Amino acid sequence: MRPLLALFVREWRVARRIGGGAAVGAVFFLILVAIMPFALGPDLRLLAKLGPAILWIAALLSTLLGLDRLFQADAEDGSLDLYAHAAPPLEAIVLVKCAAHWTTSILPLIVVAPLFGLMLAMDGPALGLTTLTLLAGTPALTMIGAIGAALTASLRRGGLLMAVLVLPLAIPALIFGVAAASAATGGGAGFATPFAALAAISLFAIAAAPFACAAAIRLARE
Amino acid sequence: MRLLAENLTLERGGRRLVAGLSFALGAGEALIVSGPNGAGKSSLLRGLAGLLGFAAGHARLDGGAADLTMAEQLHYLGHADSLKGALTARENLSFWAALLGGGALSETEALRRLGLPHVADFPVRALSAGQQRRVALARLFVAARPLWLLDEPTTALDAAAQDLFAAAMSEHLAGGGLIVAATHAPLGLASARSLHLAGGAVAA
Repeated sequence: MRPLLALFVREWRVARRIGGGAAVGAVFFLILVAIMPFALGPDLRLLAKLGPAILWIAALLSTLLGLDRLFQADAEDGSLDLYAHAAPPLEAIVLVKCAAHWTTSILPLIVVAPLFGLMLAMDGPALGLTTLTLLAGTPALTMIGAIGAALTASLRRGGLLMAVLVLPLAIPALIFGVAAASAATGGGAGFATPFAALAAISLFAIAAAPFACAAAIRLARE
Repeated sequence: MRLLAENLTLERGGRRLVAGLSFALGAGEALIVSGPNGAGKSSLLRGLAGLLGFAAGHARLDGGAADLTMAEQLHYLGHADSLKGALTARENLSFWAALLGGGALSETEALRRLGLPHVADFPVRALSAGQQRRVALARLFVAARPLWLLDEPTTALDAAAQDLFAAAMSEHLAGGGLIVAATHAPLGLASARSLHLAGGAVAA
């Protein structure tokens, strides 16, 4: 476990010192949420109804921000090659890197989400459910995004390509996430069923994505 | 311990760089790979490091630790330094020591070996190119591994640092280590064998 713990600590330190990660992500999230009322108009009932969907789309886009550097930075400085010579398998290294990214860049977004939701006239239950679905769904977004990041790690301007690759794959998580979050504002499907599906997507992504990422990284070394 | 390379064939982008290369390197021996740009020196090292597939043939490490793969018994030092600019030299080295197995010198000792103890707590970003290279070289000392694969290890090093590194390499060889180095500049190793890659034609 010690090698992987050291990796987690390094990722954490780099994210904290370089900055940009958590703070810029949260500001981007804030701006996305704040411009919605300008586009949709000041109808509070409409905003409250659309609130969960707006928070989810904002979270999805903010998640992609910074994810393109997940493996690219390691590819540029040569670290990605050296992971091949460590005792832990590359799949475990990928999973730890994703976990570190989630805690440093995504978790802060989830923490501020209820605050930003107030700007959309959402009430307590809606804020609570939306935050809960983000907590359950963002691991899936991170892991799916990591596959795109691994595929584009060696490309110079891979960020946009990554978004194009990843966004369609994030649709199932988005559907179930918004469906569960909308239960408080009278969404049709109720909470439990879509939430269970969302959690299942996240668990599947956590289990499967490291293998896809590792395969993409090995392929890119050639 | 022996490094055995049998009938290695290397191809890059459909171009055959090296064909039918075989060599055996025993404990305490160094192999200096030379040749013009594009002759396949870096590809050979990446192949030995397991980062690049051989078109034919294979390399293996005989007589090492039975429970470790070849990849876990080698150090690969490529053109990139594998350092995070935002972290200090000590943090970078302690990370690689933890990930690659450690069991050797402390970070401070390793940096002292290369004449760099005073920068241990500076962010690597603030160091010069030569100092960064020396921190990258210090990685070889914080994790004990018998086989060193070095690609142009002395790039950007000043004469004093080259001497320090030559002494450290000699000590590694004296302790039964193996070194395969691709270089244009002499490394200062007294009894190194040499392998000249001449773009397709191989003379060992």
